[in-house]
Amino acid sequence: MIAGKNTRVLVQGITGKEGSFHTKLMLEYGTRIVAGVTPGKGGSTVHGVRVFNTVREALRETGGVDASVVFVPARAAYDAVLEAVENDIKLIVVVTEGIPLLEELRIVHYAKLKGVTIVGPNTPGLIVPGETKLGIMPANYYKPGVVAVMSRSGTLSYEVAWQLSRSGLGVSVAIGIGGDPVTGLDFIEVYNMFLEDPKTRYVVLVGEIGGDLEERFAKYYSGLAEKKPVVAYIAGRSAPREKRMGHAGAIISMGLGDYESKVKALTESGIPVARKVSDIPSLLKGLGV
Amino acid sequence: MRLLEYEAKEIFRRYGIRTPEGVVCRTPQEAREAVAKLGSSVIKAQVPVGGRGLAGGVKFAESPDEAYRLAGEMLSKEIKGSRVELLLVEKKVCVSRELYLSLTVDRASRSLVYIASKIGGVEIEELARKNPESLVKLNTNPYIGFSPYIARTIASFIGLPAEAWGEVERILAGLYRIMVDYDAELVEINPLAVDCSGSLIALDAKILVDDNSLFRHPDLEKLKYRELTSEERSAREKGFTYVSLDGYIGVIGNGAGLTMATMDLIEYYGGKPANFLDVWSGGGASRDRVKEAVRLLLENPRVRVVLVNIFGGMTRCDEVALGVKQAIEETGSKKPVVVRLMGTNQEEGVRILREAGLLVYEDVDEAVRRAVEISRGGGV
Repeated sequence: MIAGKNTRVLVQGITGKEGSFHTKLMLEYGTRIVAGVTPGKGGSTVHGVRVFNTVREALRETGGVDASVVFVPARAAYDAVLEAVENDIKLIVVVTEGIPLLEELRIVHYAKLKGVTIVGPNTPGLIVPGETKLGIMPANYYKPGVVAVMSRSGTLSYEVAWQLSRSGLGVSVAIGIGGDPVTGLDFIEVYNMFLEDPKTRYVVLVGEIGGDLEERFAKYYSGLAEKKPVVAYIAGRSAPREKRMGHAGAIISMGLGDYESKVKALTESGIPVARKVSDIPSLLKGLGV
Repeated sequence: MRLLEYEAKEIFRRYGIRTPEGVVCRTPQEAREAVAKLGSSVIKAQVPVGGRGLAGGVKFAESPDEAYRLAGEMLSKEIKGSRVELLLVEKKVCVSRELYLSLTVDRASRSLVYIASKIGGVEIEELARKNPESLVKLNTNPYIGFSPYIARTIASFIGLPAEAWGEVERILAGLYRIMVDYDAELVEINPLAVDCSGSLIALDAKILVDDNSLFRHPDLEKLKYRELTSEERSAREKGFTYVSLDGYIGVIGNGAGLTMATMDLIEYYGGKPANFLDVWSGGGASRDRVKEAVRLLLENPRVRVVLVNIFGGMTRCDEVALGVKQAIEETGSKKPVVVRLMGTNQEEGVRILREAGLLVYEDVDEAVRRAVEISRGGGV
């Protein structure tokens, strides 16, 4: 999987309120956080984790990391992510919300060129239940199991995880791709990771109105020879077309993006779409889980 | 945030993109004077919404008196919920052809994309559906932006003569510079006209500025609420993401996806949401924020029942519960409130709400069903 119990993690923005709070929770969950970075706070510690002024120094002093989790505030996040990319960190989870769009576009585009995986921005992160957590999701709602979850929204994916956990199916891995118009990963790339994961038998896609990520995934999925079955849920059926709900925004997607378009694309590709979140476990069980 | 047409055109001109000669007017008298000076003109309502033409927001005036009359009508109107307070009166242009040009963000390739069409004046979504063959899309690296081959490719696709390449180049380079300088997510010219002398002129102008970048543009930031209804504005000033809808069940959720899913569930069980309110935006669901949010909905006359759906995780449920309770105490409202609560200190939160006589659920379906029943007069 993308991360596991041996993944060595750096936290950027570790001394901030969010960064320090979630560092504590991640440590409690078992995440191997080996260093933190906050410019100007080098030499201090946060919950026993050593803090450095620069990523370069953190890597040199701790023998390197596999991933970074970024809590740096929106106005400085672009710079922080570039610093991580240039220091060859191969997995960067950007929790920060509200990063300017053109900066997101540039870091995501650049990371791709450099072969770096970016989860987010504006994501709750990723969790491999029972192993590690790189992010902010409430881990107690994620019981280890067989269903992988990929989601655009944060709290809604907690709800889905909880429904899966209480139904007994459990979660093998959950990845929040992020709620912004531009993200490092799309559903296709995340699904391909799930295909490689031996613990994952089924996949839940949690989408929402806007953009065409779901439509593109549906098209890709229908062309696959070997696949793990997918059940989808799309939020926003009741939202009026001309209004923006939240942050994602109405960037032109060539006539795609409304609820009907997504449901049609998914259904035609053989992906059942749950009308409500609480129907997801029974739809999965209907597939023979 | 969407700039008004005349604001976008002022920017266009600064970046070398030609626009018709025009005057911004606030009164019918000003419109009369403008047409006396310009001759045959078009009068355009300056509202931050699309589709104004069909809603009566674009009219032609041949004489100053006609301009006076049309301007008076337009200024007394609302277009798609926006009051018309400003008009742009522009000299009529002799048009031989209408085209489409824009620069925006392409989610799929995570890059920028120039879009051009041989057909102008139609919304791009409709063009993509009905005349996809009229469109060309050229991706460009967001660090690189414009390069002249893009202009040649687009000009030759549209069928503009080589003499026009320079002009196309200037316009496309301008779009990229505007996008960067103003942190735009879309810069669109629709239609871009070929006038009767063969040169290019922007008849309309649309610039959408990225809301996350407004902190870099203090002059624009102060305008950011103008496209909202007054109900939405007061909620956003309190820091909530808020959209007013036409139903009667007040909705509070944390996180955009969860809040939308709550609205969907209300409709599923036969009710109608009155709003979308995400308390999460800008820093979690603290006691005071929850209190303000519940208060806002209790005081909204359209709301018959308030449904709070918090899937906290980190959020402390006891704090949420106290926020709900205080809002009810402070407003003295008798409106029913149904709460779905999950997260840290859940038992304590549930106890506080039950003692206050409120309905609390762990299961979201049960909570929503109950709220819908109550909204139909089912009693508490």
